[in-house]
Amino acid sequence: MYRYDDFDAEFLAERNAQFRDQVERRIDGSLTEDEFKPLRLMNGLYLQLHAYMLRVAIPYGTLDSAKMRKLAEIAERWDKGYGHFTTRQNIQYNWPKLRDVPDMLDALAEVGLHAIQTSGNTIRNVTSDHFAGAAADEIADPRPYAELIRQWSTDHPEFQFLPRKFKIAITGSPNDRAVTRAHDIGLRMVEQDGRTGFEVIVGGGLGRTPMIGKVIRDFLPEDELLPYLEAIVHVYNRYGRRDNKYKARIKITVHEAGLETIRAEVEEAFQQTKADFEGVDARVIARIRDRFVVPAFIEGGADPLDGTQTDPVFRAWADTNLSEHRHPDYAIVTVSLKAHGQTPGDATAEQMRVLADLAERYGHDELRISHQQNVILPHVRKVHLPVVHARLKQAGLATANVGLASDIIACPGMDYCALATARSIPVATQLAERIDALRIEHEVGPLQIKISGCINACGHHHVGHIGILGLDRAGVENYQITLGGDATETAAVGERAGPGFAYDEIVPAVERLMLAYLETREDESETFLETYRRLGAAPFKEALYGPEKRKDAA
Amino acid sequence: MARPFTPKIVTANALLEGDVVYLTEDNRWSRSHSDAELLEDEAHATLRLLEAERQQNVIVGAYLADAKAGPDGPEPVHFRESFRSRGPSNYRHGKQAHTGNR
Repeated sequence: MYRYDDFDAEFLAERNAQFRDQVERRIDGSLTEDEFKPLRLMNGLYLQLHAYMLRVAIPYGTLDSAKMRKLAEIAERWDKGYGHFTTRQNIQYNWPKLRDVPDMLDALAEVGLHAIQTSGNTIRNVTSDHFAGAAADEIADPRPYAELIRQWSTDHPEFQFLPRKFKIAITGSPNDRAVTRAHDIGLRMVEQDGRTGFEVIVGGGLGRTPMIGKVIRDFLPEDELLPYLEAIVHVYNRYGRRDNKYKARIKITVHEAGLETIRAEVEEAFQQTKADFEGVDARVIARIRDRFVVPAFIEGGADPLDGTQTDPVFRAWADTNLSEHRHPDYAIVTVSLKAHGQTPGDATAEQMRVLADLAERYGHDELRISHQQNVILPHVRKVHLPVVHARLKQAGLATANVGLASDIIACPGMDYCALATARSIPVATQLAERIDALRIEHEVGPLQIKISGCINACGHHHVGHIGILGLDRAGVENYQITLGGDATETAAVGERAGPGFAYDEIVPAVERLMLAYLETREDESETFLETYRRLGAAPFKEALYGPEKRKDAA
Repeated sequence: MARPFTPKIVTANALLEGDVVYLTEDNRWSRSHSDAELLEDEAHATLRLLEAERQQNVIVGAYLADAKAGPDGPEPVHFRESFRSRGPSNYRHGKQAHTGNR
């Protein structure tokens, strides 16, 4: 885990003091809302439907027990006793009072956390593989690079007023768990001739114009990362459209100018930035690596998983919620924040403390937040799995559904968000309850359902195997279904199935899709996505709309 | 041809708490939708919005929302305003925490 230095602490203290003063001046009338709004957004403070919302960055999704306890304390002291983990590995507090926010930011700064660049047209929180540093399939831990990018992009004077927001994701594994192809820049670590570098992907994104990112550079040596990124953002800053908010993201710049043109521009700018950097980033990354403390893994103790453990509840949980660790005596534990009927991504202060305690006692003091809105204990000795499971169970955190149908991503939707056009949370909770009642999800197997409450797609519906998009159709909530999306290294944007469904029709519609899959799959080993790819949309459309309707549409 | 004017209310969020508030006929900001002044005349509605926007020290983001007359005062027309008048559907937080009904 990276340890922040004095520079970070001083920077945060100064920034928080400035914001405290800005809040005071807003309250005493010296600042108008028009003047104050960009200032509060720069510090992660939004105004939502029912209240303010503070979005706190969790850089590359990594926390330790002290940070997690601080998040719990803030939830209890200044909010309503819970926090909401988001699809960008951040946490949102839904009920802060304006006067309290400076105190909340000071409390965050005590553990090196902040809300800077969680809004606005800047480079946002860098996201990463939630199994980073632990995954068996990893080339190297991507987080030192993510931290390098964080330091470079924080308060970077050239990139404070980009045409639009800018999101970077990085993974160190060939299996993409960080949705790198749906980011403005995606970085996928690769090896070439014994050297480590990155495949650089540009112009991906979801929202109203979903696009899968394109490879702008097959192989970028690791020591050229920052100058190359700076060249990309530099070109985007110059050519990105500022005349139309909906065409301002880099995906449109790349789409309109063409990849070849952008590549040529970037390579030209890169000659300059490479010279300007003079290798300074190589020295910085060396310093960052020194500050990343690698856990001292303990050998042995993997035996209990090999048969002595007979508790079926534990075994069901171990089947779904554990992933392979790079150390044979360890496992990666994914803690589901998707108990059937509960709000996806929400954790109470008490649950956060349990997770902090478990990380401290059994997990080398490390935690991760996933873009799938779950919490990861990345380094748990196999010998400790039963006790960890028992403690999670007591805290309501042992739901065995990771990667299954009820492990649903959902944005806050119209229950909180001022931009939303329909609700997402109750669709997710009712769907999960229905799936639970049918006892169907273990039979259905890997299935990603993702729900967004508006076209901005925070719920990643485009890349869900089943995507659900909530819209306002003539003053009534209506839900569109997309099929066949994929968030991994084989990324694909889902295809719209047909007309939308009313609020009370959407859960039965998704149920029909699952049943249609079970009927048409070749055998148990063929996943929902594989069946969809083999057969196309036809059997699923029939399940949704019936045979007659399909004929009418044809 | 001018379309008939849909009655409106002026709504905003309170500066300090962020709560949803409604402009009343006697220039207070109420937490209850039913206390809002129902604006049935377009020119009057525009004027009331301007007056609301001048109260920057109390509220944020005033706008006109469609409403209709009900037995206990104005009622929301669009579902977004219904949610704003109650609170979220996943917890009994927001206004519904105090009213005891939804």
